Amino acid sequence: MNNISTDVDNAVTVRNVCKNYDNVEALRDLSLEFPRGQLTSILGPSGCGKTTLLKIIAGLLKPTSGEILVNNKPVTGPGPDRAFVFQDFALLPWATVLRNVAFGLELRGVAKSEREAIAEKYIKDVGLTDFEHSYPHELSGGMRQRVGLARALSVDAQVLLMDEPFSAVDEQTRRKFQEDLLDLVKNENKTFLFVTHSIEEAVYVSDQIAILLPRPSRVSEIIRPSGFREKEALNIRRDPEYLDIVDRIWASLRTYVE
Amino acid sequence: MRYRSLFLNFVSASIVFGAWEIAGRIPVSFAFPTFIESMSAFWVLIIEGTLFTAYAETLRPLVIGVVISTVLGVGIGLWIGLSRAFDWLVSPIFIVMQTAPLAALIPLLIMIYGIGLTSKVFVVCIMAMPVIVLNTSAAVRNTPASIIEMGNSFLGSRRDVIIKIILPAASPIVFAGLRLGVSAGFIGAILAELKITPTGVGDIISYSRSIADYPTMYAAILSIILLAVVFLNVLERIEITLFKGTRRNYVSD
Amino acid sequence: MKVFGYRLPGMSSLLLWALLWEIVGQMELTFFLPPLSAIFVTLMEIGTTKVFIKALQETGHAFFVGTFFAIVIGVPVGIMMGKNRLIDEILLPWVNMFLSAPLTALVPVLMVLFGFGLKSIIITTTLFAIWIIVLNSRAGVLQINRSLVEMALSFGASPKDAFFKIYFWAALPEILGGVRIGFIRAVKGVIIGQLLISVVGFGALFELYSSNFLMKHFWAVLIVLFTISFIIAECLAWLERRVSYYAAQR
Ligand SMILES: Nc1ncnc2c1ncn2[C@@H]1O[C@H](COP(=O)(O)OP(=O)(O)OP(=O)(O)O)[C@@H](O)[C@H]1O
Ligand SMILES: [Mg+2]
Repeated sequence: MNNISTDVDNAVTVRNVCKNYDNVEALRDLSLEFPRGQLTSILGPSGCGKTTLLKIIAGLLKPTSGEILVNNKPVTGPGPDRAFVFQDFALLPWATVLRNVAFGLELRGVAKSEREAIAEKYIKDVGLTDFEHSYPHELSGGMRQRVGLARALSVDAQVLLMDEPFSAVDEQTRRKFQEDLLDLVKNENKTFLFVTHSIEEAVYVSDQIAILLPRPSRVSEIIRPSGFREKEALNIRRDPEYLDIVDRIWASLRTYVE
Repeated sequence: MRYRSLFLNFVSASIVFGAWEIAGRIPVSFAFPTFIESMSAFWVLIIEGTLFTAYAETLRPLVIGVVISTVLGVGIGLWIGLSRAFDWLVSPIFIVMQTAPLAALIPLLIMIYGIGLTSKVFVVCIMAMPVIVLNTSAAVRNTPASIIEMGNSFLGSRRDVIIKIILPAASPIVFAGLRLGVSAGFIGAILAELKITPTGVGDIISYSRSIADYPTMYAAILSIILLAVVFLNVLERIEITLFKGTRRNYVSD
Repeated sequence: MKVFGYRLPGMSSLLLWALLWEIVGQMELTFFLPPLSAIFVTLMEIGTTKVFIKALQETGHAFFVGTFFAIVIGVPVGIMMGKNRLIDEILLPWVNMFLSAPLTALVPVLMVLFGFGLKSIIITTTLFAIWIIVLNSRAGVLQINRSLVEMALSFGASPKDAFFKIYFWAALPEILGGVRIGFIRAVKGVIIGQLLISVVGFGALFELYSSNFLMKHFWAVLIVLFTISFIIAECLAWLERRVSYYAAQR
């Protein structure tokens, strides 16, 4: 199953990355490739280093050794080609939805009127029209994550890094988000790196699933669902291949839980 | 790693004391002795025993005042926390006392009670009491309703609920209030000795200032600050060990 | 509290106490407590006198200059302590020490170093106010949500942007809390300074009135002082509540 094809155009390449925190070895010699325009999920037991990996790709952390290539250029720090979606949303509580969505552009020095026009568009896209002037504490959890999503989309980065973006959202909103995410992957030509704890969610949304071993983390297996990706979103969960893959992933992960 | 903080404490102490020594050597002012001079004056004060007799004097109004404030303050605070009517009637007074510069009352206290011990005890009390009362009442009022209801549902009497539930639940914050009260009491005790009559440490400070014996004056001031800081730290340690695990967020002064 | 189903406002019991004061005063039980009405009459008289206005000005001057320095120095130092571990470890023991030290004991030193005047009082005020401001600003920075900072960094924020757009605002509720307590302490500091140095401002007035047994004058000044400090504290508490809506969820 370990069939990383070399002819695919990779948006992000992780090469032999090791990461040690003081005396914890989080990642050991991890290599992984993320094909352009696709969604790759990262699955693994809790504490195995998924967040660490994502932050290293974002440039927020430095790897102890190894390198990261984004568009074939090595990463040295945060850059305009990547945008992060945070698990706890990371919204500025003192700023309105509009300013929060525009904040990424504000930090990049885009003029006020321009960035607000862009923000308005994405606020509309995520379905928050009429809430531009609300504050985060006036929104529900799901709405807050939409703000976080709109902010990441508004900077028009090619790579979206999502660290358990839906885990603080209720189940129904979550399903809606998953469907929206499928549309997003289809319509925007962006590369998605998606960390999740839910096997079903990973299989449902991914073009490629990378399964990590417990700490020190390496890739144990890469799965590419092929049969049901083209199907109607509603039918995926009934597809035999979908069910098969879910079972298989659980079979390989269950030994590590406990 | 374990020695890092100890080492840094040492470094920061050396920087400060070194700066003091240098500033004293220049000297920045005729009234600024060096660190070493002050320390030797400190040593003399200890050897001659002056310091101990002085503290026996200084600590008397402080201890009496703090004890009175504690008993009265916790009592009143408890009552405020338990009774709506009493809360309405009394807490505004303590709220005003808390924000007001009560030190301004000292000339009045001198007029009423003279320059003896009573005035000094009073000064300590008016400084220490408001924070004790306000912390206690807030702690009592903020006892989680669920555990009081639990007590009631198991048919606890009013007295049982107060003694076995409300008081233990409130005690971390009450204790924190006591610590702040003691801290304010120290300010009051020193103020009383400097303003009302120079006795105890206040006497050493005033006297050595009048004869321009600055090293002794600095030593006396350093000693009282050290005493207060050490004592309050001990209280804080006790607080931490007593109430391990309980969240401490208290009304500060 | 409710009376006949009508909710009495918070501080309304003070009116009752004022009434009690008036009655006790009218009964002339003690020389030290003149009737409240007489005190207000005196207040009207001395309120416009030169001595009083001068004392008010001097006190206000010392107070505002003192707190100004406390804030301008205290907030950045506190933020720096929250951001930098080394600075924190070096400064924290001293800040904690001065926070709980009886600073009154330092006033005699200030007097011999800086003279018996305004300068010493200003420094006393600053010393009373600054430590709690430092500690609170530090606490404000320490509790900042890591992911807010990471969010800003991931969008390429410069250190300056991170400071002014994230750290300052995220720590603002605590900073304001510190400033409020700092103000209250500064009021106490400025009065203690004046009492001990007692040649300027209200310190001199207290001395004058109490040595001449002018009780009404004395109380009039006290009431002015208490009222002003209470109003200042309430205004800051109001400001603090306005930003506290986001304190819970940063
Ligand atoms: N700042 C840090 N300092 C020290 N160790 C850390 C730090 N951050 C993470 N670790 C360690 O690195 C390991 C990986 O952490 P990471 O947060 O990347 O895991 P994760 O896979 O995202 O876990 P989860 O699924 O629970 O979110 C953990 O075991 C943790 O103990
Ligand atoms: Mg994680």
